[in-house]
Amino acid sequence: MGGRPAGPVERTEHAYLLWEKRVDAMLVLLSGKDRRLITVDELRRNIEALGPQAYDRMSYYERWIHSITQTLIQRGVITIDELGRKMSQVEQRHARGEL
Amino acid sequence: MTVDALQARFRPGDRVQVRRAYPLGHVRTPWYIRGHHGVIERLCGAYPNPEELAYARDGLPRQPLYRVRFLQRDVWPDYAANAHDTVDIEIYQHWLEPDERGVP
Repeated sequence: MGGRPAGPVERTEHAYLLWEKRVDAMLVLLSGKDRRLITVDELRRNIEALGPQAYDRMSYYERWIHSITQTLIQRGVITIDELGRKMSQVEQRHARGEL
Repeated sequence: MTVDALQARFRPGDRVQVRRAYPLGHVRTPWYIRGHHGVIERLCGAYPNPEELAYARDGLPRQPLYRVRFLQRDVWPDYAANAHDTVDIEIYQHWLEPDERGVP
């Protein structure tokens, strides 16, 4: 990537998980004409800001959701407190088998 | 997007050099092409500057965007295939300077 040495390109398609499709849909909705809450350039900037180690460790859509979240915090659309509380709620729902 | 003729600094066939600069931030000009020489293949239009869009600003005025053609063997020192192979890269005007070496 970026002109640096790398292995061969993986050319096979693979099935996307439900959460990955949701992340994709979320970007479409947030960046659309009705909302304009993120540009693709902000998405790229916040992916580049991950740093090489985190970039390599995360999967494609993990990078996306990380970047979308960063952008919404930077723009003041959500607060860190709201994010933390919602993540706890979702974890609890998951633990109860509701997800 | 239409481009004001006064705004576009280069025309197809002009020889250019990509600026060799490494600022922080979101830059669309690939690292591997910075400092290299190429030829304007076409003017693609003018678009808000992605370096500004990345920070939620409007990116105006629009920047002319060019497709610039480079010889693969110039870009990759160990390039072993056809010597005439090229790579086209879309680069914004503010990353391009006239090629000061003159016509070869």
